[in-house]
Amino acid sequence: MSQKFVSRGFTGKRERAGAQAGRVPPGQHLVSDFPVLSAGPTPRTDLARWTFTIDGLVTAPVSWTWADFQRLPAQEFVKDISCVTKWTKLDTRWRGVSVDTLFEHVELDPRAVALVASCDGGYTTNLLLSDAVNGQAFVAYEYDGKPLAPEHGGPARLVVPHLYFWKSAKWVRGLRLVNKDAPGFWESLGYHIRGDPWKEQRYTDD
Amino acid sequence: MRRPLEWQIATVKAIAQETAQVKTITLALPGWTAHRAGQHYDVRLTAADGYQAQRSYSIASPPERPGELDLTVERIPDGEVSPYLHDVLVVGDAVEVRGPVGGYFVWEASSGGPLLLVAGGSGVVPLMAMLRHRAAAGANVPARLLYSSRTLEDVIYRQELEALASPDGLEVFHTLTRGQPKGWTGYARRIDQPMLAEVSGPLGTAALAFICGPTALVETTASALVQLGLPQERVRTERFGPTGT
Repeated sequence: MSQKFVSRGFTGKRERAGAQAGRVPPGQHLVSDFPVLSAGPTPRTDLARWTFTIDGLVTAPVSWTWADFQRLPAQEFVKDISCVTKWTKLDTRWRGVSVDTLFEHVELDPRAVALVASCDGGYTTNLLLSDAVNGQAFVAYEYDGKPLAPEHGGPARLVVPHLYFWKSAKWVRGLRLVNKDAPGFWESLGYHIRGDPWKEQRYTDD
Repeated sequence: MRRPLEWQIATVKAIAQETAQVKTITLALPGWTAHRAGQHYDVRLTAADGYQAQRSYSIASPPERPGELDLTVERIPDGEVSPYLHDVLVVGDAVEVRGPVGGYFVWEASSGGPLLLVAGGSGVVPLMAMLRHRAAAGANVPARLLYSSRTLEDVIYRQELEALASPDGLEVFHTLTRGQPKGWTGYARRIDQPMLAEVSGPLGTAALAFICGPTALVETTASALVQLGLPQERVRTERFGPTGT
């Protein structure tokens, strides 16, 4: 029914013209600012007490202090990001450590198929392992050449640019490998288990 | 358990001007389901050639109005959807919507209280749904609303808020940040920690807080409430601003 529906008198702004065509997923529009969305207060974690841990289905858990984490091989990456609240921002520039690099420090149990990111403030999100490896996911601590601001997830956030941005968990403190892809915070509150913007997987049954 | 959130074609039943830049659009929905106060709907516009634009808008009405709901929309001058909703849409038009969406920034009478609501500008909309639901459900949890607007003329739902307020139930506190009428006795500055301490104090640290507005207001308020002793899991936030249009 929706296919033939036309909104009387609507023409639209057509902001997706030119070189940007093909880079904006369905139902999204471009922004130039960087909106802040979060479900609760912004946590402030003392870097002296910050750690990042990989545990769960690994042979031996590993944990880094902030100083240790800074010594891991980092990379700069430039990606388009899309938030389920319908904004897309092109060419965002980050610096951080790929999940692949982090995984070089653990031995994954063959039963591990997914991971749960856990964060200061209690937020969690789930990712299939296949969405987290091969250069698809990062733990980022710089945005646009500067330390990542707290309201944008600093000191460090997950960045998984090929999925809706709620998967890019702010204030991330660890990844737990699990044998079942179970819903995290927003995924339990009506949002899609995977969240691919190109398939417009916004809500549970999309 | 859940049905999929399907697009449906709603009909515009009424349009009311709230302030110079804000209108409330009443939609009749063929596939209406009861929402929870604080949730939103997605609106999708389709041009004749198939071009589409989508935005989310908070529901302003309580769930106690079967078959219809109100969306209160601020007109963003360089926006794509809100200017259409303001300038083109008339009663009788069809609008594609789906919802209700959102499961965290919600309050139901059964959620209890006391309720501390903090709004900036059109961020009052989902909080108004909570207050209307509170009234419609006969809930008597103590509630306080601190509402920041630029001027008195920018206050959305001003008369209804006055009518809903009572000394032993809902108390409403306004702050006007850009200009105050003669004899104004309310706050006249941006929301800060002393203001929040005064407004939230009588509710104690067991309050359930909902904050909606521009990022700076939300960040300031959420941090201040945590510093004032509210547990962070009792402080829920939602952002409203030009990008959300």
